[in-house]
Amino acid sequence: MAVLTAPERTSPAAPRPRGRRARGARRTPPLVLAFLLVPLLAESLWVFWPALQGFYLALNKWDGVSAPEFVGLGNFAEMAHDEVFRTAAVDTVLWLVLFGGLSALLGLGAALLLQQERRGVGFYRAALFLPVVFSLVATALVWQAIYQPDGVLNRILESVGLESLRHAWLADQDTALYAVIVPALWRQVGYVMVLYLAGLKGIDPVLYEAAKVDGAGRWQRFRHVTLPQLRSVNAVVLSVIIIDSLRSFDVVWSLTRGGPYHSSELLSTYMYSTAFQSLRLGYGSALAVVIFVLAFGVIASYLVRAFREAD
Amino acid sequence: MTALRSSAALRRRRAATAGFHLGAGALSVLWLLPIALVVVTSLRSFDDISAHGLGSWPRSFTLGNFQQAWSDGGQQRALINSLIVTVPCVLVTLALAAMAAFALSRYEVPFRRSLLLLMLGGNLLPPQILLIPVSKMSELMGVYDTLPALIGVQIGFGVGFYVFVLYGFMRAIPAEIQQAAVVDGAGPWQIFWRIILPLSRPALAALSALSFTWIFNDLLWAITVLRSDTKMPITAALIGLQGQFVSMWNVIAAGSVIAAAPTVAVFLRFQRHFVAGLNLGAVK
Repeated sequence: MAVLTAPERTSPAAPRPRGRRARGARRTPPLVLAFLLVPLLAESLWVFWPALQGFYLALNKWDGVSAPEFVGLGNFAEMAHDEVFRTAAVDTVLWLVLFGGLSALLGLGAALLLQQERRGVGFYRAALFLPVVFSLVATALVWQAIYQPDGVLNRILESVGLESLRHAWLADQDTALYAVIVPALWRQVGYVMVLYLAGLKGIDPVLYEAAKVDGAGRWQRFRHVTLPQLRSVNAVVLSVIIIDSLRSFDVVWSLTRGGPYHSSELLSTYMYSTAFQSLRLGYGSALAVVIFVLAFGVIASYLVRAFREAD
Repeated sequence: MTALRSSAALRRRRAATAGFHLGAGALSVLWLLPIALVVVTSLRSFDDISAHGLGSWPRSFTLGNFQQAWSDGGQQRALINSLIVTVPCVLVTLALAAMAAFALSRYEVPFRRSLLLLMLGGNLLPPQILLIPVSKMSELMGVYDTLPALIGVQIGFGVGFYVFVLYGFMRAIPAEIQQAAVVDGAGPWQIFWRIILPLSRPALAALSALSFTWIFNDLLWAITVLRSDTKMPITAALIGLQGQFVSMWNVIAAGSVIAAAPTVAVFLRFQRHFVAGLNLGAVK
């Protein structure tokens, strides 16, 4: 059957190709338009329209019951004096740097270690990747057990003679945020590793050979061959990390709900509790707009790259 | 002389291999340890844990915790809810995304690229900006606190990403195949159903594995459009379990195992597709 398709390709009746852009029919058949419009409508209903409403609500004061009251930029002015907002913003930046930076570094490190095709490497990769498929809620509960006062972490500290470090990790304002970052990292590293593994696989081995011939050592090869070659993957990882960091919610919500005393509050958790627990829907929307603004640069650059690739 | 050198090289290679397995092995153990821990905890009895502490060596074995989480903790119903949401979501989202990607990649639709990026852009939005309007809108539409609301928002929010990935994949299919079908009198539907879809199977498989875990693992949309405990999917039910069985770590651990089992099964069964899916999604 496969052979049969070959002569048809040069069939004389085939429409004359108009260069590279000639992909299909010139006028779009109605069915094709419907194919496009149905998904577009679904996304408009659940994403584009709500997003517009979200931006508008940010300019209002609303409890969800009575009519919204237009306050202009009042919600944003309020943020300037909101202690919790400041904490949440600082924590979000800290989260970005620690969670993002460490998952990139650890993911790259794991990929470098596990890139060689040796016996058993598939098992190691799977082990690091396994947590990626867990829900963040399940991940959080696993680590919550580890962090308990009588949990494994404190037991280990005790057995190696570091009893003074024993701690109620999640209940202490000084450690709660870091205790929440660790499970998130545990889950993210495998994902980043997979992205880097694909990137490393794409590097032409000839480059390493050439560098070796020129007398480059291990570090020099990494510095001058691997890193420059990974530039596009780095850009992907950066976008993924920033978008994921700003979205992080589940793990914090399941472990601490942003507490104790807002010490592990992120903008995403603060937004959720403001909107759905304090029922301050306008202020919550304004917080969401702040998250959007922070993410906008990354989204835009991601789209620009996608735009270049799309054709 | 050469024999000596080659034996030294051999020894060095052996040492490198041992070092690799030592390092990679230690890392894997470190990564698997929390999982082993939760599995062990889920098999211990409450008395054992309360007497010796959560971090002690296990001294008991029971399967009763699973029973308790499954029926008393409501995990059975929650798992069914999760599957009612996840399975149709995966099927419908991928069907819609394949249709849109087909239209955009195989036909000269006006504003092709802008539409594609608009759809992708919708998926990249932080969900926070949508939460309040989506919750209010589902109230207005009369679907608040029903599973169809959750299915709807998951489809609407997810579709843009899959369109983008499938677009890239379908665009790589040679135009000649389609032209040949047109010559044979095939309409758009036949081209879509008989040619493009079968050829896109690898991408569809990868995205199915990926979207199954994403939708199954979601918490935020569920707690935004649902309220009743009886309707919550497994992620939200797990948080409920944590409140219901305070510090009964054996039951909570069993619940976590139940909640993670379906996605782990999908991962182990479709590991290759899974990893391929993650890389498909990355814009190079």
